[in-house]
Amino acid sequence: MTSAWAIALLILSPLAAAALAFAFPGRGRGLALGTAAVVGAAIVQLTRAVLAGGVQTHRVGGWGAPLGIDLRADGLALLMLMVTAGIGTAISLYAQGYFRSGHDDEAPHRERYFWPLFLFLWTALNALFLSADIFNLYVTLELLGFAAVTLVALAGKRAALTAALRYLFVSLAASLFYLLGVGLVYGQCATVDLASLAAKAQPGPTLWVALALMTGGLIAKAALFPMHFWLPPAHANAPAPVSALLSALVVKGSFYILLRLWFEAFPALMTPGVAQLFGGLGAAAILWGSVQALLQPRLKLLIAYSTVAQLGYLFLLFPLAAAREGGFVAWSGGLIFLGAHACAKTAMFLTAGNILHAAGHDRIKDLDGITHSLPISAFAFGLAGLSLVGLPPSSGFAGKWLLLNSALAQGQWVWVALILIGSLLAAAYVMRVLSHAFTRVAEPTTPNPIPPVMEWTALALALLSVGLGFASHWVAELLRVGAPVLMGGAAP
Amino acid sequence: MPDTDHRLYLLAGAALFVIGFYSLLVQAHLLRRIMALNVMGSGVFLVFIALAAQTPGPIPDPVPHAMVLTGIVVSVCATGLALALADRVLAATGRVELGDDEDAAASSDATPVASDARKEKPAA
Repeated sequence: MTSAWAIALLILSPLAAAALAFAFPGRGRGLALGTAAVVGAAIVQLTRAVLAGGVQTHRVGGWGAPLGIDLRADGLALLMLMVTAGIGTAISLYAQGYFRSGHDDEAPHRERYFWPLFLFLWTALNALFLSADIFNLYVTLELLGFAAVTLVALAGKRAALTAALRYLFVSLAASLFYLLGVGLVYGQCATVDLASLAAKAQPGPTLWVALALMTGGLIAKAALFPMHFWLPPAHANAPAPVSALLSALVVKGSFYILLRLWFEAFPALMTPGVAQLFGGLGAAAILWGSVQALLQPRLKLLIAYSTVAQLGYLFLLFPLAAAREGGFVAWSGGLIFLGAHACAKTAMFLTAGNILHAAGHDRIKDLDGITHSLPISAFAFGLAGLSLVGLPPSSGFAGKWLLLNSALAQGQWVWVALILIGSLLAAAYVMRVLSHAFTRVAEPTTPNPIPPVMEWTALALALLSVGLGFASHWVAELLRVGAPVLMGGAAP
Repeated sequence: MPDTDHRLYLLAGAALFVIGFYSLLVQAHLLRRIMALNVMGSGVFLVFIALAAQTPGPIPDPVPHAMVLTGIVVSVCATGLALALADRVLAATGRVELGDDEDAAASSDATPVASDARKEKPAA
């Protein structure tokens, strides 16, 4: 398999599987697992090629930029593809059990549409990470949004439908802001190719307006404070596997584009003021999201607000990585944290799904004794919490440690304090759940039985989130391939 | 094409975008909001077309045209999805607006629907 084939398969195999899953309703799980195998093989091949020969580019149909579409794989794209494949595989294993174990008469109907939509979502994510120009990023971003909104609506309840439509409005308006920005950039630079923009971009009023429009749209889609209002209802009302996909992957698609824009295409416009502004919004997200998470009565809402908070950490990457000293440390730290959060958050939402099906509710105050009935799930939640809080040796710790190191080296004390406060708050809301879960009760309730695979999948992801900490050095090496010039020279 | 011409189109596109966005924010009726999104989209497309006329020479730049075509396809799909969802919201709530009462915390405990048997089942 050549790199070109690997890149093509990464997009075509989930797309073909999505179409087939729609045509053959009973085969969803098999098709998804088959996709996971093909995508996994393609990622292994592509990783080898990237580590050996640097950035890999594929010109679709032999037409290169500017008229054709280029697909490009570098270290960052590969990391995102890997995280997506990991979560995708877990969801492929989990979802069938989830849809078949609940007390929902319409579950077969939901499962029938879940598989094609899930595979479309996977297609859109892979295409987004491989896109090499800002217009193709717009198209993939829209595909991603459509799949995500429809998946939220899949729950079929009144609250879910309302949340889905609100999400769609935010998503479409945000995309149009982004698209208007793309138009202005093209008008100014006569190209949309990420790599050639850096050379052609000259700071001026038009470009500032364009970038402000694009960034505003993407911030709304990434649910960065104060544009996070649509996220908790959408994520909490969706079926558990969908909530996991949305929190772990979908919001990160927009974050990924922001990284590409500011660090790769327009580093000339990345002034300290811009970097600090991102950091400030991230800080507000950490504090606001954590406090809200502490106040939520339901487990899924708590996890959703925790996503708002953890996304804040990702944006701390901007002020820390933009500095010339130790920038790469923060860059790799932030991205390792992204992987850690994706795995931990998926594990948490899957656990919440298990509790919902076994106990019939997800009210935190009534979770007493849940360890008795769902020991594996409770353990998975604890482990995922460990990584989210950032205790060693988890990957959450590795990510935060690198961010902290970078902040200390640069003397940016505000961010040091903030990372620590955020961790304490995360510990508080994780403990709030665990303290109920581990309370002994005199007469434990008998839960509804759920398939063991649902518990084990959640545990596997939680273990992955902890275990990835040991691979952080390798991840940093991978990220070095094609890393933005802004922090090219700095050694980790 | 003289320079003033395409600037007029640029301004018109920007105006449409702003009008659409304003309506999206202030209108409550779902159909109006969906139309507002379409007006915003048309504004963006107009800006792209006007920018295509910017290139020197008699032939406009084809790249923005191709982008607008793609954008129109996306916009038609988006409108279809939004209309379908709005229809489902109408069927579920009997209203063609998004109420504030169904926000985050209040939602699922306060307003159980008949089909939502799973979540409201007693824990016993």
